[in-house]
Amino acid sequence: MVLNIQQGATSHSAYDLRDPNAQIEERHTLAVLVENEPGVLARVIGLFSGRGYNIDSLTVAETDHEGHRSRITIVTRGTPSVIVQIKAQLGRIVPVHEVHDLTTEGPSVERELGLFKVSGTGDHRVEALRIAEIFRANVVDSTLKSFVFEITGTPEKLDAFADLMRPLGLSDQARTGVAALARGA
Amino acid sequence: MSRKMTGAKMIVEALKDQGVDTVFGYPGGAVLPIYDEIFQQNDIKHILVRHEQGAVHMAEGYARSTGKPGVVLVTSGPGATNAVTGLTDALLDSIPLIVLSGQVPTFLVGTDGFQEADTIGITRPCTKHNWLVKDPATLAQTIHQAFHVATSGRPGPVLIDIPKDVQFAEAEYVGPKQIPPSPYQPKKKGDIDAITRLAELMEKAERPIFYTGGGVINSGPAASQLLVELAEATGFPITSTLMGLGAYPASGQKWLGMLGMHGTYEANLAMHGCDLMIAVGARFDDRITGRVADFSPGSVKAQIDIDPSSINKIIHVDLPIQGDVGHVLEDLLKIWKSRGRKTNAEAVRKWWAQIEQWKATNCLAYTNSDSIIKPQHALERLEALTKDRDRYITTEVGQHQMWAAQFLHFDQPNRWMTSGGLGTMGYGLPASVGVQVAHPDALVINVAGDASWLMNMQEMGTAVQFRAPVKQFILNNERLGMVRQWQQLLHGERYSQSWSESLPDFVKLAEAFGCKGRQVSDPAELDDAIREMIDHDGPFILDVLVEKHENCFPMIPSGKPHNEMLLSPEAGAFTGGGALV
Ligand SMILES: Cc1ncc(C[n+]2csc(CCOP(=O)(O)OP(=O)(O)O)c2C)c(N)n1
Ligand SMILES: [Mg+2]
Repeated sequence: MVLNIQQGATSHSAYDLRDPNAQIEERHTLAVLVENEPGVLARVIGLFSGRGYNIDSLTVAETDHEGHRSRITIVTRGTPSVIVQIKAQLGRIVPVHEVHDLTTEGPSVERELGLFKVSGTGDHRVEALRIAEIFRANVVDSTLKSFVFEITGTPEKLDAFADLMRPLGLSDQARTGVAALARGA
Repeated sequence: MSRKMTGAKMIVEALKDQGVDTVFGYPGGAVLPIYDEIFQQNDIKHILVRHEQGAVHMAEGYARSTGKPGVVLVTSGPGATNAVTGLTDALLDSIPLIVLSGQVPTFLVGTDGFQEADTIGITRPCTKHNWLVKDPATLAQTIHQAFHVATSGRPGPVLIDIPKDVQFAEAEYVGPKQIPPSPYQPKKKGDIDAITRLAELMEKAERPIFYTGGGVINSGPAASQLLVELAEATGFPITSTLMGLGAYPASGQKWLGMLGMHGTYEANLAMHGCDLMIAVGARFDDRITGRVADFSPGSVKAQIDIDPSSINKIIHVDLPIQGDVGHVLEDLLKIWKSRGRKTNAEAVRKWWAQIEQWKATNCLAYTNSDSIIKPQHALERLEALTKDRDRYITTEVGQHQMWAAQFLHFDQPNRWMTSGGLGTMGYGLPASVGVQVAHPDALVINVAGDASWLMNMQEMGTAVQFRAPVKQFILNNERLGMVRQWQQLLHGERYSQSWSESLPDFVKLAEAFGCKGRQVSDPAELDDAIREMIDHDGPFILDVLVEKHENCFPMIPSGKPHNEMLLSPEAGAFTGGGALV
């Protein structure tokens, strides 16, 4: 959000209110490996809200039961200096063990799972099925008036699928958020 | 040997094993089992405060003057919420504290039980870390871990929330040596290549400056010693933030005074004009940088800091060095010596000549008076009459705080306790009690403003009860002076709510608390009043009636660069930059 502050207005303020380094925002996917303890997700989310960082997507699940580790995948946006700050601030949280920037640390794969309910009859229903096939979506529920499609892919693919389904009766959707891993050994 | 005991006993055992000698606290229902254990032992002294905010600031004063973590014990609900300002203060100034809070029994958590607050949720953003202990078997380990987290890396406050049933339940006690090493191990050594690169930059620099901060003091006395050695050996000028005063002695040859919003003309112009800035344990706070876009435009910047999130946060740094100040300075000094102690001596000499010109401005000049006490004069007299003593200074927040930073001189670290990051009015009185408890024989003075002092004045009762002979040096201008100054200079002299109506009679107040007080308004009696305050064997309130409309200069209005500083009318002719008010 950009506030409209008149030039000169801040000379009356105890703070300099203009953003000193506004630049182009980048999208980064971060993998944060944390101790699986109560409240750790709240700490991470609190950091983002408290310091005004963006969250586009966030997923979390335990990945190592024995080792008490969970993996939080965060898609965020910010100027390069803000991204560096976000990583440093995450690294400062005591139960955070590692922070990886999958966007800069080499190639990575990103996947998201979505469930889309499309309600309709007749031609729309046929067309929905046809498009689902092109997208390799599975039908996981069907009634005479509706389908629920399951589709896995990049967030962009899911967006495209939703756009196509909208005129065909898209009535509800649920998405998991992005899970991501670095490629290679 | 099995060491089964109740959670409450475990807490006291763990504190003893951590070497704690003093706890600042206030009892209540949710911590009664712990108070019962405190009653039955003599190793740990408990200081009963009058308000939990006071307890936290006392623990801060204790921590900052000793280098050891401060310990606080409060009850659930209101006890914990009263601690929040102190926790935030300690977080912003990186002060190690361990706060133990009671909580309603585990089976009542989440039911809006009597005196239940979501203490973990409330204190999450104002602690370095916090823990809710639901299992007595993990209690002792959590306390040991808390001491480790509070004191390692960038120090900070931590909180442990302990439900009452956990305090009653029995479990096995584990000592600090019996627990596995914590995975939290911040890196201390700096990168040798980067440190070498800094040494190279120092050899070539024409206009170098050390910009130091609270990180030097937090790193321990050895770090301050290394800093002195480095400044003397290189001959580079040195300035410090409010938080770092005393790390390099104010009587030292290379000292330029404090920098920032109310820093000296020479320090700020040297920061603006330098070609190499070496930031040591300082974090480029907005009170330091002024307008970021114009901050020290022509310099190469190196930054030594233990916290990577402090590096490149506000100001782009060319040479970041992540590590503990003491460790990095030790390596830097070694490398610089092994390379032959080279500097660009000719250029540095010219740089000093320029700095001497700025110094000649005499930016702290003020017009004294023989009819009314000027606050600056009061502090100069306080300095003259106390400087040779074993002295510790705390302050409240406002003009008096800035004048104290300008006119009192510190030659050692850990002698100056002030609320820097949060600017908490009400900090100084309790902090002075905490310092005095840690140093019973020292002279401990709180330089206060009339308004700030009232914010935690109840702690005078604590000082009297525990015979802490703290000296309250109130510069009474009957104003929220700093607010008044901003309104005068920046808000068209509209003095909205910035004077203190119905101030109490501080001398009677002293008597009411059972200590001694005196009021002084005649400059001729000032020295005598200060002497009486120092010599009095007990807590003392000196109400110094000072000029009501004095302004604190120099001043860099927010959002202005360093070279657009406002100077007092008394400051001499100056070269370049600056504007007279
Ligand atoms: C808890 C708190 N509330 C408000 C402020 C804002 N504030 C900063 S300085 C100041 C005035 C302080 O007055 P006084 O203690 O008399 O000191 P003086 O400036 O007069 O020396 C105020 C209100 C603050 N820093 N802290
Ligand atoms: Mg005042």
